[in-house]
Amino acid sequence: MKHKNIILCGVGGQGTILASKLIAAAAMKKGLGVKTAETIGMAQRGGSVFSHVRLGEELHSPMIAPGQADIIIAFEPAEALRHLPFLKEGGTVVASLAPIFPVSTLIGDSSYPLEEVLQQLKNTIKKLTLIDSEAAVRELGSPKVLNVLLLGAAVRTGELGLELEDIEAALHEKVPARFHELNDRALRYTEGKKLP
Amino acid sequence: MHREFLMGNEAIALGAMAAGVKLVAGYPGTPSTEVLETVAKRNPGSIYVEWSVNEKAAMEVAAGAAYSGARVMVTMKQVGLNVASDPLMSLEYVGVKGGLVVMVADDPGPISSQTEQDTRTFAQFAKVPLFDPSSVAEAYEMIQEAFDFSEQYHTPVFFRCTTRVDHGYEAIEVKEEDEYKEMPVEGFVKDSSRWVIFPRLSLKNHGLIEKRNRELTAVLSEYPRNAIQGETGSYKESGCRKGIASHGISYMYALDSLDRENHVRLLKVATPFPFPEELALQFLEGLDEVLCIEELDPVIERALLQLCGKHQLQVRIRGKLTGDMAPAGENTMLSVGRAINSFLGLSAEPLPKPADISLPVRPPVLCAGCPHRASFYAVKQAMKGKKTIYCGDIGCYTLGNAMPLDMCDTCLCMGAGINIAQGVGHLDKGTKCFAFVGDSTFFAAGLTGVVNAFYNQAEMTLVVLDNSTTAMTGHQPHPGTGRTVMGQVVEKVSIEKVLRAIGLTVVETVNPLDFERARDTIRRVAEEPGVKAVIFRSPCIAVTKPAGHAAVQAEKCIACQKCIRELGCPALILKEGKAFIDASLCTGCTLCEQICPVGAIYGGDKTAASCDAKASPFRGDCPRTSASLRVGGEKNEA
Repeated sequence: MKHKNIILCGVGGQGTILASKLIAAAAMKKGLGVKTAETIGMAQRGGSVFSHVRLGEELHSPMIAPGQADIIIAFEPAEALRHLPFLKEGGTVVASLAPIFPVSTLIGDSSYPLEEVLQQLKNTIKKLTLIDSEAAVRELGSPKVLNVLLLGAAVRTGELGLELEDIEAALHEKVPARFHELNDRALRYTEGKKLP
Repeated sequence: MHREFLMGNEAIALGAMAAGVKLVAGYPGTPSTEVLETVAKRNPGSIYVEWSVNEKAAMEVAAGAAYSGARVMVTMKQVGLNVASDPLMSLEYVGVKGGLVVMVADDPGPISSQTEQDTRTFAQFAKVPLFDPSSVAEAYEMIQEAFDFSEQYHTPVFFRCTTRVDHGYEAIEVKEEDEYKEMPVEGFVKDSSRWVIFPRLSLKNHGLIEKRNRELTAVLSEYPRNAIQGETGSYKESGCRKGIASHGISYMYALDSLDRENHVRLLKVATPFPFPEELALQFLEGLDEVLCIEELDPVIERALLQLCGKHQLQVRIRGKLTGDMAPAGENTMLSVGRAINSFLGLSAEPLPKPADISLPVRPPVLCAGCPHRASFYAVKQAMKGKKTIYCGDIGCYTLGNAMPLDMCDTCLCMGAGINIAQGVGHLDKGTKCFAFVGDSTFFAAGLTGVVNAFYNQAEMTLVVLDNSTTAMTGHQPHPGTGRTVMGQVVEKVSIEKVLRAIGLTVVETVNPLDFERARDTIRRVAEEPGVKAVIFRSPCIAVTKPAGHAAVQAEKCIACQKCIRELGCPALILKEGKAFIDASLCTGCTLCEQICPVGAIYGGDKTAASCDAKASPFRGDCPRTSASLRVGGEKNEA
């Protein structure tokens, strides 16, 4: 592995930043160079947010150029589509199926054609994993493990260059012990499941 | 030494600590805030840290400490530098004894600022040397060098980063605490010929400063972070006569965009002022053309043009002034890559295709349960049908401009709303003039505006949105909170008492979540003559525990959508034509319960939210909104 370019995207409040920190911590444990960049500030308040994570040696920019991401981990389907121009030819996408409707769509200032969004994702991405995260977090018992759930699915694609154990070790360092069990279950939730 | 994964701002803080900084003062502002917070958090105990009331105060506190011989850092965002410019312009003439580094974060884009001003240009105007790092690792080293430099030349220096360095993360090597420099502090030594600025001293020092800065162009040409990277591979063989000059994060974009094996000659400028002229002359030697890749102002481009003029060089300097680079906005990997390809005559890769269906827009919005929403709604309802102007200010509440609230008619700079409202009122007596100001902004820049209004007999209503924190930048304490960044519990400065002491006789405090009372108070107060104030006091949802959450009784809901259309709360969504509350977002503020015409919403508790509730520890992100600290059902304190 020379470089791994990973993009996490979603809506402010979904936990993308912690997920990027877990990837970074796991990669550091393996002795890899890490650079990341993310949305901080006003845009976080319900806005469209991203983290760029680059792993490997001789990294210069923390930002990933369009067409250069090996994998996109999308916490929301429209955000997956919004960040698609960053995906390299033949790249991988792991995306949550659950939409988040912004206030702008509720008061009629913008529209969210969910069916078309999902269709376009399916039509354009060959290596696509869609996660019914609503059902998953219900089963897991907490909406707040969405990030770890998606990370687990991303590890499963093999595109992160990291193992579940790497993420788990990072998780146990960053999260209070009383949440380890819940997060471990979320991380391994997709294991052995057939995913669309 | 050990390895840590650090945000650029954290690395700057640790670098300053390693350099023996003794005092750090600043005012919060994205993207600079985490520098001071990191010093406070990792303070070995020997450093005095304060959130000053504003940047001017911070600069002056720092000046006093630097006069005393201590190493000192001041932190702010680029527009904060405007506030601090009065002391800084004079301080450069006076000079310092201990090293004084002015850490300023510029915001190309701008992502969360009013302007795209370039502190490199400010440095030229203020005659203050400037350091401009390209990466987190370089920032850590460079800030230590900046302290040495400041002390050696007895001048304040700028340490200027942009968002992608401030907020970029990198795994870097940092020093152990026992490797930190221990700098003795002499204390203030009286010498009025040195510390009292008079025209005679200014004239003398002005001459010395100009001489020093001229000499520094040679000195800084030897500074290893200003560097030429020679052409390699096919470009070297072909005798390529093109070069690229860049700085900061753009230099990193350029390195990633260029072929690793074959690249043209590069100039990296780490000190744009004073400009490393001798080094730049070496760089220009034998070149026909140079592309300057810069963010914000064409500082390097102008310096190279000037150098070509001075030395009559036949080199074509291209960049923003020639239209080769965009004059405004942030550089990206894409824009830099394309500019380089075009400059080198390489074929441009096709632009990646964006989605061909329209995606929902997601502008930032006030959080669910935000008391500002209730305040704006109360004023809007109270003043329905009247001619009004709502002057906004800087903070989360600027988001009150969004639909459906639409309650921010002007926003200029910190504290401006209070004075703009007066100006409008003097010319249009028939308009009810309102100024909204947050609690932190009130202390930072609002006080003088209120005195101005009162003294000059203005007609206006001041609305202080007191949420007991500096919310937008991540919940820093301020004079009204009764806490300091060093953890002391101190006497609160009372906004009511301040306003009454100025002379205002109508000063009312209301919980904005009590809708009818809030609306009626505004109705009554707005009719009073002169300057009057309403303080809407309810804590930011991120510093209190939510009071449970509300729910909609679907069988009662008549699907009028009033709650959704009038409040624009992100927790209120539409499900099967009826209102529905997202329990994971709702804080139970009850505003929607109070305006529902059929009483279909229940379950919240407006009294649970109180400003006296235990405030959360302040930190670099807003934990509620960024969720950077959320995992597994709880905020993560790691």
